[in-house]
Order: sequence, then C-alpha cells, then structure tokens
Amino acid sequence: MMHIVYMDNNATTKVDPQVVEEMIPYFMESYGNPSSMHILGGQAGIKLKEARVNVAGLIGAQPEEIIFTSCGTESDNTAIWAALKSNPGKKHIVTTRVEHPAIKNLAEYLAKNGYRVTFVPVDRKGRLDMDFFYESLTDDTAVVSVMWANNESGVIFPIEEIAPVLRDRGIVFHSDAVQAVGKLPVNVEKVEVDMLSLSGHKLHAPKGVGALYVRKRTKFSPFLMGGHQEKGRRGGTENVASIIGLGKAAQLALERHEEVNTRVRALRDRLEKELLERIPNSMVNGDQEMRLPNTTSIAFEYVEGEAILLMMNELGICASSGSACTSGSLEPSHVLRAMGVPFTAAHGSIRFSLSTYNTDQEVEFIIKKLPPVISRLREMSPFWADREGLANAVCSVQ
Amino acid sequence: MWEYTDKVKDHFLNPRNVGKIDDADGVGEVGSLACGDALRLYFKVDKDGKIIDAKFQTFGCASAIASSSALTEMLKGMNLEEAQKISNEDIAQFLGGLPKEKMHCSVMGRDALEKAIDYYRGESEKKQEGNIVCECFGVTDLEIERTVRENNLRTIEDVTDYVKAGGGCGQCHDQIQEIIDSVTGKETPKRKEKVGMTNLQKIKLIEETLEREIRPALKQDGGDIELIDVDGNQVLVKLRGTCAKCAASQVTLKHYVENKLQEFVAPELVVEEVQ
Ligand SMILES: Cc1ncc(COP(=O)(O)O)c(C=O)c1O
Repeated sequence: MMHIVYMDNNATTKVDPQVVEEMIPYFMESYGNPSSMHILGGQAGIKLKEARVNVAGLIGAQPEEIIFTSCGTESDNTAIWAALKSNPGKKHIVTTRVEHPAIKNLAEYLAKNGYRVTFVPVDRKGRLDMDFFYESLTDDTAVVSVMWANNESGVIFPIEEIAPVLRDRGIVFHSDAVQAVGKLPVNVEKVEVDMLSLSGHKLHAPKGVGALYVRKRTKFSPFLMGGHQEKGRRGGTENVASIIGLGKAAQLALERHEEVNTRVRALRDRLEKELLERIPNSMVNGDQEMRLPNTTSIAFEYVEGEAILLMMNELGICASSGSACTSGSLEPSHVLRAMGVPFTAAHGSIRFSLSTYNTDQEVEFIIKKLPPVISRLREMSPFWADREGLANAVCSVQ
Repeated sequence: MWEYTDKVKDHFLNPRNVGKIDDADGVGEVGSLACGDALRLYFKVDKDGKIIDAKFQTFGCASAIASSSALTEMLKGMNLEEAQKISNEDIAQFLGGLPKEKMHCSVMGRDALEKAIDYYRGESEKKQEGNIVCECFGVTDLEIERTVRENNLRTIEDVTDYVKAGGGCGQCHDQIQEIIDSVTGKETPKRKEKVGMTNLQKIKLIEETLEREIRPALKQDGGDIELIDVDGNQVLVKLRGTCAKCAASQVTLKHYVENKLQEFVAPELVVEEVQ
C-alpha cells in the first residue's frame, strides 16, 4: 500500500493508539451508564471523573468547569445561546469575519432573528482589526466570541489582550479554541475567558466528542435540555468511551506541547520555506509570526486547489484547500476572502497542517513531489502564460 | 470528497489534447479566474468542415479539466453540424456522469464550443447576450433559461449546480425562480413592494451601510469611500486612496457597493461615481 503522508490535522487527527487502548474496555466490559447504581455504572463513572480532571488540567481549569459535549460545534452553539439567554436585555453580538461556520452561521442566523451582530474584519495577514473591535463594543453587547486561532490561516488572535477589557465591561467572552487546544498552551487561569470550546478529534481523540469550559459563576443555561447529566448543564447519556478517550488525549497533549512547538514547528517551517523557494508565484496566507506552529496556508497562483489536492492524493499526500470547488460552495473560503486574498491566489490555496506523527522524510517527499504537480497544472492553465496582463486585473474588494 | 467516475479520473490525470493551436479556425473562451474555472478551446477544420484537431487550456478543478479533455476527444473527426449538437449532457455522459454539483463544468464545455463555432463562422458579434441575472458569476437570463429547458431543471439549487447562478450572494434567487417558473409554465406571485422610506431615512440608512458594510473592506486595501449626494435612487459616491487609482476595481467596486446598498437599503438604488 502507498504510504499516506497526512498533513490535514486541522481537519481531523489520527486517534492515538494509547487513546484507543484506554477506550476499549468501556465498550464491552465496563459498558454501564455512569448514572446507574451498580458496578458497571460505577466503573464508567470513576473513569469519567478522571477524564474531566485531565481535560481541565490541559487548560488550567477546575474539573467542575468542564461540560462534555458531542463536538466543537455543540460547544460553540451552547456558549452563545447560554450568554444570550442569561442576558435577555442585550441584543448585540460581536464576533469576527473569519470564525468557523459553527459560530459564523449561528451569528448570521441571529442577525436575522432579532440580534445585531458585528463581524470584526481582519487585515491582509489575517490579523484582527483591534480598533474596529474595541469601537464595536457597546452597553448592549451581550457576548463576544473570538476564536483563539484560525483553522485555515493558523493566525492566533490576541485573546489575552481582549479578555481583561471585556471582564471590566461585564461582557461575556467566549473563545472557540478548537484549533488552539493541544497545539498551544491554553490556560484559562491566565487568560480570563468566560467560556471556551474544544473538540476531541483535533487532538488525537475520536470524532464526536468535545467540551465546553464555563468559568465558575458565569451564568449558564443548557442547550440540550434533558437528564441531570453534567450537573443539569447538558442532557443526554454521556459518550463514555469517547470522553475517556478525550481525557487520555488531553494528558498526551500536555506532554507533547513542547514537541509541537519545536520539532513540528521546524518541520512546518522547512516545508513552507522550501515550497516557496521552489515554486514561483507562491506565497503564505496569513501572519507568519502569530501563528499555530503546525499550520501553513500557501497560495499557488493561477492553479485551482481541488486539482492540486487530487493530484497530491494520487501521490498519497493529504492536505486541504480554500478553493471553491472543495468546499461544496462556489466561492473560495470566507477566511481567505475576508483577508482580501486576491482570486488569483485564493482558488489555489493549500493548507498543510502537521502533527507529531509527521516526519522529516514526509516533508522531504512533499518538497520533491509538489513542484512538478503545480507546474503541470500551470502548463494547462490559460492564465499562466498571460499572467503579466492579469496581475492587476483582479481587485480584492468583494 | 467528490465521487468521480474512473473515466473522469483518467481524463483528469491524463488529459488529452492539452495546449494551444496557434492557427486555430475556432477559438472559444469562457469563465474567469475570479469564478474559479475557465476554459479556452481551439479547433482546426479541414476544407470539408471536418474538425481535424482540437486542443484546450483549462484552469479549474478535476471535473473541469476532465470535461475539457472529453470534449476535445469527442470533437475530433466530427463535422461542424455534428459538433454543434453536442450538449452538456453528452459531455457528462462521455465521462460516465459527473456529480450533480459539478455539472457546470460540462456546461462550460458546451459554452466554449458554441463560442468557438461562432468565432469560426464570424458570428461572435451578433449573438444575443441577454441580461445579467447573477452578478456574482455573470450569468444571464438567456443562459439560465436555456439550461433549465435543456436539462429539465426544477429548483434554484439545480440551476446553481449547472451554471453557478445563485451560488454567491443569493440575491438573484427570486429572479432564477421566475425563470424556472416561466419555463415550466408556472406563475409566481408578485413580490410585495417595500414600505416607503422618507428621503432622510434613506440617506441615513445609506450612511450606516457604507460605514458598517463597505468602508471596513475598502480600508483593508488602503481605500475609502465618501457619500456625496443622494438624488432619488441615484447614490453619488467618491473613491479615495488606492481604490480610486485601481482601474480594474471600478467595476467590482460599483457592483459591490451597489449590491450592499440594494441589500440593506432599497433594491432600486444605483451607484454613480463622481470624480
Ligand atoms: C475553529 C473550529 N471551530 C469549531 C470546529 C467544529 O468542531 P467539530 O467538528 O468537533 O464540531 C472546528 C472543526 O473543524 C474548528 O476548526
């Protein structure tokens, strides 16, 4: 079988073997409902508690501040609705133009249903317009939701700077940290967000499990109403095995922060540098300083992303693209457009997102194999030969 | 991931007839960089009107490349009368089918072919162009009507899959529905008129929309926009900074500002730039 070079870890990650091992007994041996008053329930309950301690430990929280959910999206939705329901008099929401659809589509829905929503723009490097942000806050603002790090560009937002301002003004602050947790030290003791979302499958736990951190004394109301699980904050029998997996993954992530920040970062940097050097008309989307250590989004002008991905797929290389054709919509990614990346580049943007599983050899392989793929597609493109005439013909206003 | 047939994969990975024909008899180009796909088709005809060579250059996804490759293979050896009858469905069928969301790639092939034949016959000029319905992708009412008719389309989503119209901002959805209804012989209830606004309310709303929706985007590019006057439904604006200098931005910008104002203020507004 062909060796798969997996560099799409911002989409999802491989479940770590240690995580799987930890989960297995909770399918066929200790399969009880943690609420049950018998031995099988008790075994599950104890492990659930341990998982809560581990997840809390990863982000510097108290165990009782963690609510397990079914995914990052549920955590995001729960947080926004909780903030709105507990501030019924306030009708304004502030978020950014580059949020994941889990926040973006909810915010757009709310904008059509009685709320005023401000979408804070970003600059060409994907950095938040801080003046705009501060000016948009009002006494009517119920909640601010700003992602910790962007999934496409990897750009990190200044959550640490924003948090105290919002705290002083009594505005609930939620951060979607789905891409940050596991890749960066995220600590809610130091950075005072009120709520924070994370998702298991981005840090080597299974898909379909997430968590929402809710700071003590933050007003809360449940999104899923049902049983008394999660202290009445989230109804539904717990996804025991996956939560246990998330607990183990949290423990591993804490141990691996250093490796992500050094070895994985070096791999990413090398990949980026070599590709830019070897492929003309290519550039990085987003700020190269304040950025996740595992992510690089590179625009290859005059070629289309889906075509690049499928040719890479033939070579066993897995990455993703901001192009229209891959997203199922007809327009390129809203993140790249918000950054004002010109169409010439947005359609041909490829995101590589690494993990601790990646190796030097894999980086080497991509560096060798990708340049001919790009040249081949460019040879086919009617625009490549005419590019001089086109360079100025595209305006980034959209 | 899209489910492509083996034939699509083959024509994508090993495209036939890539390149230009320098002394081509027919050349047809459709699409643009902004739209995410484009095709330039060339063919050469012998004295009996038979296509003896066909080549293409394509910027686009796998199915766009495969559709172009398929089209050139189909064309070779045909006479022009036969070529003229190739429909987008024929191209898709040659490839063993395309995912529905990718049917626009086959339509692009047909359009390029049509243009190339017109070019050959010297008819490029007199074609009826129709009126733009979808501003985002530059699709006209005539194109939509024809594709709806030829492919038996029934929903706006179908139209988006086949010609992209309606896949951007969504403002043309009502118009697309009207076209579908007129082809299928259904009546649409007329849209209700918006309640009238005083002039003052209108100006205020325009100012607010410029500030909230438009200025931030322009400022990212080092530009700015100023409201000069509102005369009935005419909005006079002045551009500053880099936006004012970028000639190519004019069209985009006018559309962009106009779309936003139409969306947030009133659908009948038109934007004029003053120097
Ligand atoms: C920033 C961000 N938020 C939220 C999500 C959604 O997480 P989930 O897939 O667990 O619902 C993702 C995953 O793609 C993400 O990248």
